[in-house]
Amino acid sequence: MPSFLSSLAVPAAALAASLALFGLFVALVGVNPLDVYQLMYTGAFGSWFSWQNTLTRAAPLILTALCTALPAQLGLVIIGGEGALVLGGLAAAAVGLALEGASALIVLPAMGLTGMAAGALLIGAAGALRHGRGVNETIASLLLSYIAVAVLNHMVEGPLKDPASLNKPSTAPLADDYTIGTLPGMDVHWGLVVGVVCAVAAWVLMRRTTFGFAARMVGGNPRAARMAGLPVGRLLIVTTALAGAMAGLAGMVEVAAVHGRANASLIAGYGSTGILVAFLARQNPLAVIPVAILFGGIGASGGLLQRRLGLPDASVLVLQGIIFVTLLASEGLRGRLRLPRLAKQPQEA
Amino acid sequence: MDDTALGWWGVPLAVLAGAIRVSTPFLFVSLGECLTEKSGRINLGLEGTLVMGAMSGYAVSYATGNPWLGVLVAGLAGTVFGALHAAICSLDRVNDIAVGIALMLLGTGLAFFLGKPYIQPQAPQLPAIGFGWWSSSQQVRDALQVNALFLIGAVLAPVLLWGLRNTRWGMTLRIVGESAEAARAMGYAVNRTRMLATMAGGFLAGVGGSFLSLHYPGSWNERLSSGQGITAVALVIFARWDPVLCFWAALLFGGAGALGPALQSVGVTQGYYLFNAAPYALTLAIMIATSSARHRLAGAPAELSVTR
Repeated sequence: MPSFLSSLAVPAAALAASLALFGLFVALVGVNPLDVYQLMYTGAFGSWFSWQNTLTRAAPLILTALCTALPAQLGLVIIGGEGALVLGGLAAAAVGLALEGASALIVLPAMGLTGMAAGALLIGAAGALRHGRGVNETIASLLLSYIAVAVLNHMVEGPLKDPASLNKPSTAPLADDYTIGTLPGMDVHWGLVVGVVCAVAAWVLMRRTTFGFAARMVGGNPRAARMAGLPVGRLLIVTTALAGAMAGLAGMVEVAAVHGRANASLIAGYGSTGILVAFLARQNPLAVIPVAILFGGIGASGGLLQRRLGLPDASVLVLQGIIFVTLLASEGLRGRLRLPRLAKQPQEA
Repeated sequence: MDDTALGWWGVPLAVLAGAIRVSTPFLFVSLGECLTEKSGRINLGLEGTLVMGAMSGYAVSYATGNPWLGVLVAGLAGTVFGALHAAICSLDRVNDIAVGIALMLLGTGLAFFLGKPYIQPQAPQLPAIGFGWWSSSQQVRDALQVNALFLIGAVLAPVLLWGLRNTRWGMTLRIVGESAEAARAMGYAVNRTRMLATMAGGFLAGVGGSFLSLHYPGSWNERLSSGQGITAVALVIFARWDPVLCFWAALLFGGAGALGPALQSVGVTQGYYLFNAAPYALTLAIMIATSSARHRLAGAPAELSVTR
């Protein structure tokens, strides 16, 4: 399976190179890279405690990565996961507050469905605009994401504001019954299971169904797909809506399992990290799971780097940026390193 | 009402003043992106470049006491990011949009990391020129404090348009953007042209970023830019790759961005956060109105993936 191996080798090499570059970077600001690596390992995977922290962060990352990976099957680049997460979380909190008093068996599914619907509307709109008006979906999804963040700020500062939340404007807290509990025997909430199930379902949908086959055909060659009579518009809109639903669900999980209310804590960068996870997983929904765990670990170790070495919290962002850039460069260098002359010829011709 | 208060008249005045103040980063980023897109590539990373420019400009102005040196360094930082974008994009199988997203992340991360020590101190600011000397109203005079960078941008726009139309440089850039094949056949170095266009675009975006930290809002923090860079990229499409139209579009966006604070200043606080979304909603509305599912956009460089 040489193609499988190379699809593993390129991201792995890019990761290794990125860690080296990041080491160089921290060395330049006067921190010992070996200490950084050591602490990153400790903070991410060094103990059962850090594993649980890592897995808790991986849960929303799996879902936001699917928000990019699903549309990628159709050749679309969607980067609005952050907004879909925020809007999903806000909608879920609003429903949880509106239905207060009802049984958790009704309220939790209602919160999940509303969160998914909110995310689906946001990202589905980017897909619909792409199909209906030819609007670039990358820019549209990012703009929609900014609008979603403004809506969150508006709601928690205005209509949904809990008067008791003074320095951090929030909605009122959800009733205790409406929180998602932890998995038996550990401190990781059920959101992780939700994420893994969604990732597997997304993989089955894209690799084992007619829908997925049609979607990947559109991604391979839209014109040929249209010629073959595939409903390109419907595929586009349904897939982007599904993608948004994943990120919206991530927002619901964050609200119901971590924060207990909707506020600006939802804007934690899971959206942008999710994009990177999807790219590193080569847009494969199953590969998203281990990559999300890896990045959950990097995120989890951020606090330790800050406390022990005095590195800014943005260290994690820098590492993510380096990984992203290195990954894309290594994809481009892959053929070139082996056959430098052949790769150059068409350019000089 | 005392004679310094303009009441509701303050709203259009504040929007006009805001249009001039808020538009400058839009203007510089869109002029830079216009150059880059003319060469057939889109650089979404200008959002990160903008933040990087804001941070480096502020840091240098603080360290040296000279804000103009800050502007220069901000531009140079942008140039480096532009070069990185162009270098990666010149490899095979690399999508310029993906590289842009990556650089958006890297630029923001680096700026937050390196900018941490500069959040507290106050750096020397860029000078502004008062065009309101004829008025006795303090508000009018404040509103017409126009920053030198805005004036430079306003001059740069027609100069770039002229250059694109009439110089050998402009021609080469346009040929490369229209058809890389044809340009190669005519003996132009496609990758080198795109490299220079992206570096120039990065320079301008970096300068635009320095305006954020060195004039308005005039300090460095991590919430300084939220999407001005990406909005400016969309604005270029709206302006049909014409630098002078970029100028007018930037003013329009600046006005939209100033609406929330202007209304707040006369006591309308309802929906303040929604007004913050006005530039994004406007961008989206404009993109919807001016795009078409059936044919390519008029004036679009044929090599540009984003309009295909």
